[in-house]
Formats: sequence, structure tokens, C-alpha cells
Amino acid sequence: MTTLEFSNVTKIYNVRGSGQIKALDDVSFTLRSHQTIGLVGQSGSGKSTIAKILTQLETPTRGEVLLDGAPIPRGGKGLRRYRQQLRMVFQDPFASLNPSHSIRHHIERPLRLDRVVPRDQVDAEVRRLLERVRLDPDAVMDRRPHELSGGQRQRVAIARALASRPALLVADEPVSMLDVSIRLGVLNLLADLQREEGLGVLYITHDLATARHFSDEIMVLNQGRVVESGPADDVILRPRDPYTRELRAASPDPEEFFRARAAQTTGGAR
Amino acid sequence: MTDSLLSVRDFSVVYDVDPPVQAVKNVTIDIRRGEIVGLAGESGSGKTTLAYGVQRLLKPPAVITSGSVVFHDATGDDVDLHALDAEQMRRFRWDKVSMVFQGAMNALNPVATIGAQLDDVFRVHRPRMSRAQRRAEVDDLLEIVKVGGQRRRSYPHELSGGMRQRVMIAMALALRPQLMVMDEPTTALDVLVQREILKQISQLRHEFGFSVVFITHDLPLLLEISDRIAIMREGEIVELADSERIWTDPQHEYTRDLLRSFPRLTGERGVVVR
Repeated sequence: MTTLEFSNVTKIYNVRGSGQIKALDDVSFTLRSHQTIGLVGQSGSGKSTIAKILTQLETPTRGEVLLDGAPIPRGGKGLRRYRQQLRMVFQDPFASLNPSHSIRHHIERPLRLDRVVPRDQVDAEVRRLLERVRLDPDAVMDRRPHELSGGQRQRVAIARALASRPALLVADEPVSMLDVSIRLGVLNLLADLQREEGLGVLYITHDLATARHFSDEIMVLNQGRVVESGPADDVILRPRDPYTRELRAASPDPEEFFRARAAQTTGGAR
Repeated sequence: MTDSLLSVRDFSVVYDVDPPVQAVKNVTIDIRRGEIVGLAGESGSGKTTLAYGVQRLLKPPAVITSGSVVFHDATGDDVDLHALDAEQMRRFRWDKVSMVFQGAMNALNPVATIGAQLDDVFRVHRPRMSRAQRRAEVDDLLEIVKVGGQRRRSYPHELSGGMRQRVMIAMALALRPQLMVMDEPTTALDVLVQREILKQISQLRHEFGFSVVFITHDLPLLLEISDRIAIMREGEIVELADSERIWTDPQHEYTRDLLRSFPRLTGERGVVVR
């Protein structure tokens, strides 16, 4: 069991010309293995700042991040160990893979760097990981990213994230750049892996519908503050905070839309 | 009003590469006056090629291999778009049919103020307008799309994504066209801004009476804003019906697949297997 604590984190950016911007304002949450949290909010709400702090690309102005109770080391082996525990899947599978390297290379790197398996088993492990994300190793291993579709590339990115056998995964809009017909497939793959590997997943998105279906809990962020959090269905179906209600009202919901329209027509005919 | 504004008949486009790609296959569709038609489909389904093709905006290797496009002007004239010469076509575009391009927020010229860019539209298409008239029109347009006339002197980078998108809509609206083609106009915006812009498009449509062809892969969104929806797949329109019909009684298997690929915001769980 791995526990990640985001504890009273405030992040202030100094912006030339506009003074200080408070990107995160006293944000706290806990992510455990076996658990999925959906993090939703509009552009500029601070979602990505949380991801950046979790991956140590930024440091909190106040507050701290604790992994199993211990602060995250600033560098060296300790930081590498932390990063082995928490991996990222990025939004854009066209930008997150290196165009000049083979798929095999992408997955071998973390295996070698984190010494996940003995050298003579690296090849077998690459194959296992690709099969895990339902890609045919023989068909993709020696290809370059540009030879694969967006969905295949995102699967490679997921396999790479899993290579170091992390306990936690941060997925920042992992399906929003993919074609609609394959989004659910990739999301379901993530859900399967989450369950089977007991991963803790922080699913960052602006799409309330997928957040609801994918997550155990949802956290709503507005202007750097958590305005509402709780079980996914409670937050989406029975939102209490005005901002959550606003987000929900703005999200397309054909079911509700046609129901309301039908009610209006019968009301008008009376 | 349900009379036809644009009649597209048996329209086909081929990308003449090796091997040739048939991007649009024998499409027939009528856009009625004042309606919003949604064009839905995945990347590569041909929706953008179709929309660009009817306006002859495609470049080689795209070749229009069959079909006709007739625009039924409000003046009563029927204009065969494929019979116009280059100069007639230039005048026709924007005046009668305008476009809000995909990624339009980044389509503005970064080194000119938005006022100057709107002014350009009038200088080119309404050469007889005086400077003062143009200025008044530009201010008026910026007010209509709720950016505000005082923003005339702003450069694109000084505006948010949503504001830039409104400027693009103002530009498309400038000559009071009868048809506006919008290619993924809100895809890069977050839900709250998207909703505001959609409301605005809908209001403007009622106010000015133009028709809209709205291209997107976001079917739930399309269902809410369109009168009719055309579902495209591999260059063909596989289904065309009122949006409510598409939702309640989809005829084509592919339409059903597409509908299923969107988890419902408030519907049953179990779409993502957890």
C-alpha cells in the first residue's frame, strides 16, 4: 500500500507585469494505491500545477508532498525512487514519444534505468508490457512512433509508464487527443490496468462524463481551490457547490437536454 | 423557413496521391435556410474535406471528381459554385459563405490589431465604405460578439482563447453571410467558455438568420445545438436526420457505435468497466 499525501499545498507564481498568481491555494488530498481520483476544473483552475508538483517539475510555495509519510527528496537516488513510484501519462501521444527512437527503446529505457528486471530479461519484459496494453509486440517493437496511430501511441506511453512498476499514475487528459471511437477503449484499458495492478490513479480532465465513469472520487478545482470532493456520483449527480453545478450545466448532456425539451413541448401544448 | 440554401449533389473528392484516397464519396445534402446542420465523424471521415470542397477551398492533390454545388441566394439567384471563375469565387466567399476555421484562435495575424484585421474584411469586400463607416462596423461587430469595441486596438496575444474565438466569429459575421461553416470552433476551449460561445452562435443565428454547418467529432455537443445531424464515415454520409431522431432512434450501426463511445454524464454507470 502506497500513500501519497498532498498536504496544504499553496503555489504562487511570480508573473512579470501582473504580480503574483496563486495557482494553488491550500490544496490537500490523499491518493492511495487501488484508488482513482478524478481531478476536474476549467483551464487555469490549477489542475496541471498539481501534476507538475507531483512530478517534481515545480516545488510548492507552502505545504508539502509526502510519499508514505516522508517528504520527497529534492534530488539524487531518493528522487529517482520517488519517480519510479509515481509515473505520468501525458495528453499528447504525438509529443510525448521521441520520434527518433523505436518503441522498444522507449520501453527499455525505464527498465534499464530502474533495473526492474535482469539484463537478459529486458526483451521479454518489453514484450510483456506491450501485450499488457494489448499491442502486438512483433508488430510494433521495432517501429517508430510516427508509424503508429494516436491510440497505439498512447498505449505505448501507458506501457512505458508501467515499466517501472509504479504504485501511482498521474494521467493528464490521457484520451482527449484521441479519436472518439477509441477513447473508451483506452480508458477501459487504463481502468483494467488500474484494477489488476492495484494502481492509484489521478485522472486529470475537464470532461465530467469520463471523470464520473472512471473515478471512485472526484475533486473539483476552481481558481486553485478544491471547492468540492467526494464519491464520483455524488459530485456529478448531486453537486452542492455552485461552481460544480455550473460545470455540470455547461457539459453536454443529450439525455437531460432531450428530456427537458420534451417536458417543454408537452408543457407548451397544454 | 425550410427552403434550401445550398444543394450539394453527388459530390466526390479524391486525394490524388499513390494510392489515391477517396475522401468524399457521392455526398448529397441540402442545407436549409436558417438551420444548424451538424457534421459528425472521426478524423479522416471526410467532414472537413467536404466542407472545404463545396467552397472550392481545397488544394492539389485534392481533386473534385464529381458533383455539383448550387447556392440559392437570398436575392433569388441560383449560383453554381463550380461555374464561377476565380474572381467571382473570391467575391462570393465571405460575402455569402464564411468560415470559422479549425484552431481559429491561432489563425489571427499576431502582428496586427484585431481592429485592423476586421477592417481588412470591409476594405476588400466593401471597397466603397468610408473609413468612418468601417470603423463603426468593426465596433459594432466587437459589441455583437461581446468582446467590446474598446478591444479594437488589442493584439491577439492580449486576448484569451475564448475572446480570440469570438473575434473569429465576428470576422465570419462581418458581411452578414447566409451560411457560416464552423470547423471545430470550440474544441480547444474549456466547457464553460464553450457553452458561452455556443449560446452566442445560437443567438446570432436567430438574430441574423444565417445557416450553420457545424463540424465536430463531439456528438453530445452536436446533439444539443443542431437541428439536423449528418454522420460521416469513410467519405460517406451514412445517416442524416433530425438530431432528436439521431439520439432516440439511430438507424445506422455506425451511428449507434458513435453514440456508445461517449460516456453519459448522468446516465447509467458501467460504460467504463470498473
